Amino acid sequence: MNYHWNWNIFWQPHPEGGGTYMTSLFDGLGWTLTTALSAWIIALVLGALVGTMRTTPKAWMVRLGNAYVELFRNIPLLVQMFLWYFVMPELLPKGMGDWLKQLPSSAFITAVLSLGFFTSARVAEQVKAGIGSLPRGQTLAGTALGLTLPQTYRYIVLPQAFRIILPPLTSEFLNIIKNSAVALTIGLVELTARARSMQEFSFQVFEAFTAATVIYIFVNIIVVNLMRLLEKKVAVPGLIAAGH
Amino acid sequence: MFANFDFNVIERSWRYLFFDGMAFTLKLTLLAMLGGIVVGTLLAMCRLSSFKPLALVAGGYVNLVRSIPLVLVIFWFYFLVPYIGAWLIGANEPVHVGAFSSSLITFVMFEACYYCEIMRAGIQSVSRGQVSAGHALGLNYWQTMGHIVLPQAFRNMAPVLLTQTVVLFQDVSLVYVLSITDFVGAASKVAQRDGRLVEMYLFVALVYFVLCYALSSLVKRLEHRIAIIR
Repeated sequence: MNYHWNWNIFWQPHPEGGGTYMTSLFDGLGWTLTTALSAWIIALVLGALVGTMRTTPKAWMVRLGNAYVELFRNIPLLVQMFLWYFVMPELLPKGMGDWLKQLPSSAFITAVLSLGFFTSARVAEQVKAGIGSLPRGQTLAGTALGLTLPQTYRYIVLPQAFRIILPPLTSEFLNIIKNSAVALTIGLVELTARARSMQEFSFQVFEAFTAATVIYIFVNIIVVNLMRLLEKKVAVPGLIAAGH
Repeated sequence: MFANFDFNVIERSWRYLFFDGMAFTLKLTLLAMLGGIVVGTLLAMCRLSSFKPLALVAGGYVNLVRSIPLVLVIFWFYFLVPYIGAWLIGANEPVHVGAFSSSLITFVMFEACYYCEIMRAGIQSVSRGQVSAGHALGLNYWQTMGHIVLPQAFRNMAPVLLTQTVVLFQDVSLVYVLSITDFVGAASKVAQRDGRLVEMYLFVALVYFVLCYALSSLVKRLEHRIAIIR
């Protein structure tokens, strides 16, 4: 084996643009986090909405919600990204499609949309499971007190359900960070893309990938600990979710 | 809206799409599933081993791979496998590994980590008394595992293992980053050659949807049947 290790490579200037290889990696990390966080907002809002719809007594709402989840879960993320990036602008009215294609940040917007919708289906599954895990008496008691169905959801069901599903939501958030790497296929220069370009320019394959791996692990550890803090902070004494 | 679309492109290229692309995807999925379940089960047994260093190494590997993106894992193995191969056979130069073997090793080693966590839960779902009974009958560790614990663990976890396989089937599309001709790769080659991105990618999405939907419906039915037996 004759691989030439060179750990000093990180301090050498990147042939494209200003900084060193190290700053280019952190630049990529910035895009990874921005993409993941923006997509997470979409995923959480839509996921909560669709997941709630699937637990209501209205049959058409349940069916619509189920169809939504099946649609976004049964197509690979890569293909969904291609659909948003290559196909959607063609299906829009011509002017709008052309405008979209020429946006400088079209890769970023596409990545956020596709990751957001893809993850929203998975969040919807968790929300549905969380609501399903509550005793039926909670909803019944709410309506017995004279609350409307939306009020019962808003004040009784959802606050408890969200506390229960915080741990699975944490892993969905970790997934969205990891999945944002798929966006390198449509030209988003996030962390993995930066590691790949570092490997192509410097030929230091393993240093580049090691650095990216270490950064991903650190992000993971930070997210897990932040979510643990959040879990503690929102825990209601005496509730099931605070049971440990 | 679809007036100036040319859906003929699918008729012209479906042989290539399915016999080259989909054949590769399916072959890779099935072999990676078999390999992944075998390696994953071994990893799960290591993680549950009473020999601490083994449990630590296996746990470290599983957690490491599970915390980085699949795309990065694909790149890692693509460059790492030639060096490992050279090290194994004692060669001086990195050995040449074909696209298929390289991606097969990648997916076996990646999915093994996810299958490992499923099998770990499966092994833990078998009650401890079963293991004690096996030992009491004079069976050794491998006999107890092979004849008593693992068969039950597999049956308990069959739906989850299959669901993970549907995920694997979708994940295989990411070999696109290595410009390999899987189903998506084949479609994108035709799409770019003929300038028919819209038609091709819609078709690819439709095929994936139908297959994954059918598979996950089957898994759901299996789940019900197993639930009744138990």
